[in-house]
Amino acid sequence: MRQRWLPSIFADRGQSRLNKVPSPFLARAMPWGTIMLGSMAPALPLIASAPVLPPLGLLMLLAWRQIRPGLLPVWAGLPLGMFDDVFSGQPFGSAVLLWSLAMILFEFIEARFPWRSFAFDWLIAAGTIAAYLLLSAIIAAGSTSVATLLAIVPQIALSALLFPLAGRIVAGVDRLRLVPFVEIS
Amino acid sequence: MAPPTNRRSGNSRRAQYTTFFGYVAGLVGAGIGAGLLVISLADPTAFGALRGLGGDVTAPASRIATSGKQGSQNLLDGVRAYLAAGRQNAYLQRELKEAKVKLLEARALANENRRLKALLGVNDTDRKPVATARLVGSTSSSIRRFATLSAGSMQGVQIGMPVRSPLGLVGRVVETGRISARVLLITDPESVVPVRRARDDVAAFAQGRSDGMLQVRLINLGINPLKPGDTFVTSGSGGLYWPGTAVAVVTAITRDGAVARVLSDPAATDFVAVEPVWAPAPEEQTAPAQPTAAGSTPE
Repeated sequence: MRQRWLPSIFADRGQSRLNKVPSPFLARAMPWGTIMLGSMAPALPLIASAPVLPPLGLLMLLAWRQIRPGLLPVWAGLPLGMFDDVFSGQPFGSAVLLWSLAMILFEFIEARFPWRSFAFDWLIAAGTIAAYLLLSAIIAAGSTSVATLLAIVPQIALSALLFPLAGRIVAGVDRLRLVPFVEIS
Repeated sequence: MAPPTNRRSGNSRRAQYTTFFGYVAGLVGAGIGAGLLVISLADPTAFGALRGLGGDVTAPASRIATSGKQGSQNLLDGVRAYLAAGRQNAYLQRELKEAKVKLLEARALANENRRLKALLGVNDTDRKPVATARLVGSTSSSIRRFATLSAGSMQGVQIGMPVRSPLGLVGRVVETGRISARVLLITDPESVVPVRRARDDVAAFAQGRSDGMLQVRLINLGINPLKPGDTFVTSGSGGLYWPGTAVAVVTAITRDGAVARVLSDPAATDFVAVEPVWAPAPEEQTAPAQPTAAGSTPE
């Protein structure tokens, strides 16, 4: 009778989870893996004549940083940014620099504002993404014309709106990575 | 969100050091990033091998996905075509009649062209495409406009080769991997293509604006002779791009030129051709320059 109101994954009253732990490899690798997958978005068969796609790698990084603070080390921007630079088309090193700065900024915000609401987190992420795209454009284009800067406005809006969705995806992956399925021997 | 209490380092010296070195490593990471950035801004080809490797790894998967995309587009187009079949049939038949006449005229012109070229002693250099390939991806989240080509140095693609589609110029190859290559699209802000107006040889440069449009800058300043609807083709000056490839059509006039829409939208192209680099022979180089200069003087 108790099973009725329990979610379906608890229907066996946890028996399938007994004596099992999450895979330590998956638990550690999946955050890095999903961010790298986001960075590989330029390999999608989408030929755009204007920058339209949100920086999915950065979105995933910020979402992981907000949902699981401390899971990614502060220096995670170095290796992940380097991977992003291979695919993004930006001058090599731009994501290394900007992602590292973003990680330090988030560490600072966490210490400064321990109590944060969903809206505040979203606002910080949106501001960071906007600043990242603007600085990326300035780094990549060298001289900035008004037309070039206007070209990234739709991208900034889209990225800011999509950020909660990235958070949802990350939360799903986070649940998945902690599913205990490896038998304790 | 509740503050995560488990992340306080407390009195543990070891935990405090870990936190501190985390910050230091983060700052060092930012420093390394700045260093790499300076290197790659000074020498844009510096990390090309790494990017080529990345392109090679993802290109096969992208190619499969691209063929899938083409299939689904064809299906939708097929459904849509049924809805407008009758009207379209009548329209197309009328157009076909006109096109047949135009084709005959074009043949006559081609003949005349060949005769005149033979008269002048201009010999057409071999312009067979080096490779035909698909564009399988693009840097869709960066302001730089690069596309990945599904052919690389193994297919004979080399740096500098122009890439075109049946509709017009797409860009040029800037980096090559073994089975993939990186193409600088003409809409990139660092791409500059020497062009001329198809009608009367008004010379200009077409620079990318990275929003799918080109900024056309006239070489001879003065009264702006451009009008919306003017078509620009490559002029071939400076080599690299073959002369006469369609580039863009003017949509709006600015003070020193115009804003032009790219004719060959890379998103809509299926296959592109990689052409050999156009290098005019020394004695030919002066010949096409003369009509360009004469035609570009303001009327």
